[in-house]
Amino acid sequence: MTLEILGISVLWIFLFGYVIVASIDFGAGFFNAYSLLIGKNHILTNIIKRYLSPVWEVTNVFLVFFFVGIVGFFPQTAFYYGTILLVPVSISLVLLAIRGSYYAFESYGARGHIGYTLTYGVAGLLIPASLSVVFAIAGGGYVDLIDGQPVLNYWTLYTSPFAWSIVVLSIAAVLYISSVFLTWYAHKANDIEATKLMRKYALVWAAPLMISALGIMYEMKSINPESYSHMVNLWWMFAISAVLFIITVVLIMMRKKYGLAVGLLIAQFAVAFFAYGIAQYPYLLYPYLTIYDGFTSTQMAIALIIAFILGLCLLLPSLYLLMKLFLFNKNYVTGKEDNHA
Amino acid sequence: MINESAVFWSRALTELTLSFHIIYATIGVGVPLMIMLAQWTGYKKNDEHYILMARRWARGFVITVAVGVVTGTAIGLQLSLLWPNFMQLAGQTIALPLFLETFAFFFEAIFLGIYLYTWDRFDSQKKHMLLLIPVAVGASMSAVFITIVNAFMNAPQGFDIVDGELVNIQPLLAMFNPAMPTKVAHVLVTAYMTSAFVLAAIAGYRMLRGSKHVYHKKSLLLLMKIGLIFSIAAAVIGDFSGKYLAEYQPEKLAAAEWHFETEGKASLVLFGVLDGEEVKYAIKIPYALSILAHFNPNAEVIGLDQFAEEDIPPLYIHYLFDIMVSIGMFMVLVSLLYVVGKARGWQFIHSRWYRWIIVAGGPLSIIAIEAGWWLAEVGRQPWILYGLMRTPEGATTSDHVDLMLLLFAGVYAVLAVGSIVVLVRMFKKNPIEREIEERHSEKGGDFL
Repeated sequence: MTLEILGISVLWIFLFGYVIVASIDFGAGFFNAYSLLIGKNHILTNIIKRYLSPVWEVTNVFLVFFFVGIVGFFPQTAFYYGTILLVPVSISLVLLAIRGSYYAFESYGARGHIGYTLTYGVAGLLIPASLSVVFAIAGGGYVDLIDGQPVLNYWTLYTSPFAWSIVVLSIAAVLYISSVFLTWYAHKANDIEATKLMRKYALVWAAPLMISALGIMYEMKSINPESYSHMVNLWWMFAISAVLFIITVVLIMMRKKYGLAVGLLIAQFAVAFFAYGIAQYPYLLYPYLTIYDGFTSTQMAIALIIAFILGLCLLLPSLYLLMKLFLFNKNYVTGKEDNHA
Repeated sequence: MINESAVFWSRALTELTLSFHIIYATIGVGVPLMIMLAQWTGYKKNDEHYILMARRWARGFVITVAVGVVTGTAIGLQLSLLWPNFMQLAGQTIALPLFLETFAFFFEAIFLGIYLYTWDRFDSQKKHMLLLIPVAVGASMSAVFITIVNAFMNAPQGFDIVDGELVNIQPLLAMFNPAMPTKVAHVLVTAYMTSAFVLAAIAGYRMLRGSKHVYHKKSLLLLMKIGLIFSIAAAVIGDFSGKYLAEYQPEKLAAAEWHFETEGKASLVLFGVLDGEEVKYAIKIPYALSILAHFNPNAEVIGLDQFAEEDIPPLYIHYLFDIMVSIGMFMVLVSLLYVVGKARGWQFIHSRWYRWIIVAGGPLSIIAIEAGWWLAEVGRQPWILYGLMRTPEGATTSDHVDLMLLLFAGVYAVLAVGSIVVLVRMFKKNPIEREIEERHSEKGGDFL
């Protein structure tokens, strides 16, 4: 394995981590706001807050880790993506600011401010939409080089069915991932009402997820034949992902083994996410930037990898402690203990 | 290709984001240490008041952390969005501390979450206190790493340039650049100092508002002691920073001191206004600049006459220098009088006017932090990478930066108002007297 592949794999794993934890977070915020609108917030709010409050900051770090890491391993991405993404990413940042401040403000100050809760819920769906556009851009076709400077062609991007399919997929995935997770969490908390509601949402969002995923495959065929053919070669990975998806949905339908369902869901997305990533190889921004011509010096790469390993030695036990205290602690999950400062 | 308007707006937006971020970031670095010290004092003295202090500070801290995290995320991405050419170069040379900073941040985030949501869950306060160590260490380490990146911009090293290509990159050498020790130390101690004075200002304010509770007296004394130690440290390290500048960035020192001509026995200029090249109404302390620069009253200090016009930073940084130094000295005096007065039984430190000075100390320290950063940053203009890359060369070529400035200004306004409203409401609704009473009824007799 070359350093380039190692670098991009590490970053891809962290991006995947962000996709999962952020999906749970964003979806939960949306369900929370939605339940307020339809008058069912008494069922959901407690469950959602109890899980999310201690971890919102950690979720954010996954994102920071990714964008700092990619500039470290692939400095040229700062030049290309930095120049073209000024507007889309600034919008995401504004939305992230609204969300990031919410938990702290809400749990300690403006309790139950309806306008804020709704803004927050909607922001949660717009962030994945605005961030996922980057995947479309990475695939190529929306960036021109003018006098050696990359320029984003907004019109082509905003009228592109491919970009919109990715947006739809990201929103469906967010709602599906988070509802499956919260079904399990509510079930653990012995909260029958919340489990019922979240289970319903999980089943509702399973269909649009699959439809949009298939739509993207279809559009890729005409837009980016090169990575489409890579994806066809990786058909078995997508097949595994589909099978995992079906088992998850069946388990939820039969009201069985929600914990296993969450595990399979993560596996399903992991396989699909990595298959998609491998199909893009070797491009970071098609056709201008590959992982080879954008790679940092060997010395820096080695330094970063050593730092990464040392960092993980600190991080993994800490994450385990966090999960042990808040995710797998019966008294905390069921709300028997409310020990917040 | 340089897009002039994008350069201007990129600078404005970066300055806006950083100026806003450092208020919350400084508190974010310093307050965990205060919480830890309060918790430790409470545990050692077996005094619940200090434990409650830690708890109440922690609650307020969450709000500032939230704003610190989102503005920090903003500046993290804005570096690439607004300065893509600079970040491409920096990515090759200084990525290591940037990367390490995210680990420190990760570490802090995890343990802060645990600390906040496990209150009273452990049997001993000691276990709970141990959780604060990674929070405080993580907070300080992220300041260390990010300041190293900034130090690199002032003193880039650890690579060679051969035919415009970067070669022979040494990540550790880039990290341990000459600017690093003074910068890191100064940032850390001023953050601790500012946090102590901000919290002291709150205690002072509650006392002025009529609270007679012993809790405020205890917290004020603790904070004034901490503030005294760190403000003295800040002054000493500030002096080292002056010596660093004289050696490595003489034009910054010369501009900050309006030192136009290279000469020995240089005097330090305090205050004053500039009229052309003439300094008016200033206090001049003979030999002081030579001492500040070289430890020697006769030493020659390089003046602005040694530099080309286009390499000299704006001369208004002198005012920033004055503001920073005067506030720093003033705060040493305020805390010194309080700590000594407390031991000697001086009555004036309990008077209303002295309390008002303590209250003013919080905002003043934050102003000093802002002034200090502006001095440091404007003082290295016109360079984004000292001696290597001029600021316009690092900026984006993209349009719409002006619109983004408006957008972010709006967001920061919302965050500023939101955080202040929430903080004020949080403590107004739940004063210490009430919290102690509630805790008393929860826990039974053994409580003051």
